Amino acid sequence: MSNYKAPEILEKEASELWDTLKETELTPKSRRDIPQQDMPSQDPDIRRGNMEEVAVGYTAEQVFVESARCLQCKNAPCINGCPVSIDIPRFIKEAGDGKFGPAIDVIKESSMLPAICGRVCPQEKQCMEQCTLGKILKDPEKSVAIGRIERFLADWESENRPETAPELPPSNGKKVAIVGSGPSGLTAAADLRKAGFEVTIFEAFHKPGGVTVYGIPEFRLPKAIVEREVEGLMRMGVTFENNFLVGRTRKLKDLMEKDGYNAVYIASGAGLPKFMHIEGENLVGVFSANEFLTRSNLMKAYDSNAATPIYQAKRVAVFGGGNVAMDAARTAVRMGAEEVHIIYRRTEKEMPARVEEVHHAKEEGVIFNLLTSPVRILGDEDGRVRAIECLKYELGEPDESGRRKPVPIEGSEFTIDVETCIPAIGNTSNPLIKQTTPGLEFTRWGTIEVDENQKTSLDHVFAGGDISQGAATVILAMGDGRKAAAAIIEDLK
Amino acid sequence: MNKILEKKQLSADVFRMKIEAPLIAEERKAGQFLILQVDKELGERIPLTIANADAQEGFIEIIFQAVGATTRQLSRKEAGESVEAVLGPLGQPTVIEKKDGPVVCVGGGIGVAPMHPIVEAHHKIGNRVITIMGARNKDLLIMEDEMKALSDELIICTDDGSYGRKDLVTVPLKELCESDTPPAEVIAIGPPIMMKFCAETTRPYKVHTMVSLNTIMVDGTGMCGGCRVSIGGETKFVCVDGPEFDGHLVDFDNMMMRLKSYKNQEAHRCNLDIEAEKLEAERK
Ligand SMILES: Cc1cc2nc3c(=O)[nH]c(=O)nc-3n(C[C@H](O)[C@H](O)[C@H](O)COP(=O)(O)OP(=O)(O)OC[C@H]3O[C@@H](n4cnc5c(N)ncnc54)[C@H](O)[C@@H]3O)c2cc1C
Ligand SMILES: Cc1cc2nc3c(=O)[nH]c(=O)nc-3n(C[C@H](O)[C@H](O)[C@H](O)COP(=O)(O)OP(=O)(O)OC[C@H]3O[C@@H](n4cnc5c(N)ncnc54)[C@H](O)[C@@H]3O)c2cc1C
Ligand code: SF4
Ligand code: SF4
Ligand code: FES
Repeated sequence: MSNYKAPEILEKEASELWDTLKETELTPKSRRDIPQQDMPSQDPDIRRGNMEEVAVGYTAEQVFVESARCLQCKNAPCINGCPVSIDIPRFIKEAGDGKFGPAIDVIKESSMLPAICGRVCPQEKQCMEQCTLGKILKDPEKSVAIGRIERFLADWESENRPETAPELPPSNGKKVAIVGSGPSGLTAAADLRKAGFEVTIFEAFHKPGGVTVYGIPEFRLPKAIVEREVEGLMRMGVTFENNFLVGRTRKLKDLMEKDGYNAVYIASGAGLPKFMHIEGENLVGVFSANEFLTRSNLMKAYDSNAATPIYQAKRVAVFGGGNVAMDAARTAVRMGAEEVHIIYRRTEKEMPARVEEVHHAKEEGVIFNLLTSPVRILGDEDGRVRAIECLKYELGEPDESGRRKPVPIEGSEFTIDVETCIPAIGNTSNPLIKQTTPGLEFTRWGTIEVDENQKTSLDHVFAGGDISQGAATVILAMGDGRKAAAAIIEDLK
Repeated sequence: MNKILEKKQLSADVFRMKIEAPLIAEERKAGQFLILQVDKELGERIPLTIANADAQEGFIEIIFQAVGATTRQLSRKEAGESVEAVLGPLGQPTVIEKKDGPVVCVGGGIGVAPMHPIVEAHHKIGNRVITIMGARNKDLLIMEDEMKALSDELIICTDDGSYGRKDLVTVPLKELCESDTPPAEVIAIGPPIMMKFCAETTRPYKVHTMVSLNTIMVDGTGMCGGCRVSIGGETKFVCVDGPEFDGHLVDFDNMMMRLKSYKNQEAHRCNLDIEAEKLEAERK
């Protein structure tokens, strides 16, 4: 990726390029020579100090130029890379012709949350990984920027089309309970409501949205976008019961036996933070990424009027290399930390985070300590974090999977002075539903066991999203929601 | 939104509220708590024990001490007003079993409130209940009548001797451990330092001692790990694995340290801490 360019420059370059492109007859060869359009973003020096969205979105000219790169492949391998099989060439064709309305309609045939997925999908591991253009250029990051076009179209729709309540079939008298209001629950709710079911979403938090509101920060996914989706569902007649913990406020079986729900879809996510079990992990100043992000996002600790405090630190170390780690590190920057470290055991190539987020984190001054792993956390006499001790790694022989495994370098211990440590090494499933729902089968990783239709071991009970897949992605969670809704419609026929 | 049905002031900064919450009232068991949020956008989520509940009438009761921003804000609400959210019941219920010997319930300060449903439950299944209540002075004692009605024996201690015995709660607790009918079980709820010393008091007598931990919490559902404590060397989450744990296994020093995490930021001293520091000073 290139160095930072201001949005005005990108806009100017794109419109100049488009002026020449629109006059020429494009061949596959000339299409592949068109440069990929960078995502315009806020100036790194300025955005370090605000919570506003970093990526500001393509301009219409950028969409035209980027769409012109698409080869409109007959076999469209990109579609196979998208977990919900969006007809990518078709929507790109419409977008390239300036028909934004028809373009977004194509996306909405398959995906309910394009404004969210366009922003947070790990595209280079999904649709873009399969793209022919990327294959030709030998780099999936150079593929057609499918997600960026998708995002433009979703934003275009919300600005240019009035919200209308869709026509709904009359209630069929059957009730479905959905546990959890993350992307998976919201998607299932929409499909079920459209099919005439009475749908209630039960959510433990005071706001619906799941990880998209408590985890992924405002600067990457504005909360207003999630709110709009939720409001849309409310207009459709979906009921939200917030502050309701299934298993405690009501047991799952009681929802069916006492409250008359005919089916339940469990989409409760993977909300139990993992710790590393190293010395010093319970010192003051060690926070799971979930806690750190919840305090800052959902509880708005960045607002000086908010009642929820966040721990102040000048130097912060985040353990991990995924999206969660990037989000925690970049939030720490915005909360005023002067020095923020990512500590990751492998190399940048293996980092599970979206490429764009790694790039943005670097622009914001986050320091990457690769092939490094924390060994213990050191505290002062008041039990507060004062430093971390790390060990250096090198890449060893490739293992069965072909990945070169990092091996520790003996005697390479060194310390970094920090006041806060944030383990962001993943989440496992919350055991609450397991403990309170006899008969529901779980895998040995604690996820709910489901068949290919998201059906669990209990009659009329389905599950999907992170609770059945383990920590996955928004689009996969959404895909499960769709499948489950279809299966529930079939089941309750 | 949950409506406040009734509010009473029990002492200078301790309040009792009845709040409408029919589902919680129906499901709750002794030892469980809830998370309450006074205001939606910028409010903090705080854990409070369910001190009492009425499933028929559909309300729960909380008893809280106004120690900081959110509890003070709550104390200014009046009957007829509402709080934004109440989530519960949370945590594992207290294990209530028929015991051969007496069950000794030790409540310190505001800790008497969470003790109430536990005393009630033991009383109900026919256990002999001895309750020890402690406070700094007479004015800070709460729920004396309720506790008296449910206990076979009630021992009251004040630090200054203004009422009952002039002793720390650990003194009668030790006497009971040494008596001919030692406790079959002890439950201690109060400031961390008090629970720590109760656990130390019973340890030599090998009397099983449960304590209810009041860590800082955010979600109360196991999602954040902010409430974690070290129990016998293992990390546990108070909101889902607790709040009650074997007092002989709790790393109280680490827990007390963690409770002070935001001390500088919240810029006011917790009454519990002042009380606890005094208790500790007196012991030395
Ligand atoms: C910080 C962070 C960054 C991420 N970044 C990305 C990204 O860039 N791209 C991407 O694709 N994915 C990302 N992910 C992963 C993605 O967010 C999840 O895969 C997705 O949200 C899963 O959706 P879900 O509907 O299964 O569950 P969730 O979004 O986890 O929602 C589950 C909801 O259920 C509620 N709940 C749980 N138990 C109960 C109960 N018993 N009763 C009632 N309610 C309950 C929870 O409070 C929660 O609101 C990220 C995750 C995190 C944590
Ligand atoms: C399971 C559980 C049950 C509880 N039950 C009750 C109850 O029935 N009645 C009651 O009055 N309180 C109870 N508490 C304690 C109560 O949650 C805290 O007093 C409250 O969170 C303080 O919030 P605040 O915003 O008013 O104070 P803050 O401004 O957040 O803090 C004020 C001071 O209190 C300290 N503090 C913060 N959180 C806690 C805490 N959890 N425990 C002790 N000190 C804390 C801070 O370090 C600070 O010095 C319980 C706690 C737990 C975990
Ligand atoms: S939903 Fe995600 S994977 Fe599918 S096309 Fe859009 S960005 Fe690509
Ligand atoms: S694979 Fe790439 S180039 Fe081919 S149709 Fe899909 S997006 Fe266009
Ligand atoms: S309060 Fe968040 S895990 Fe217990």
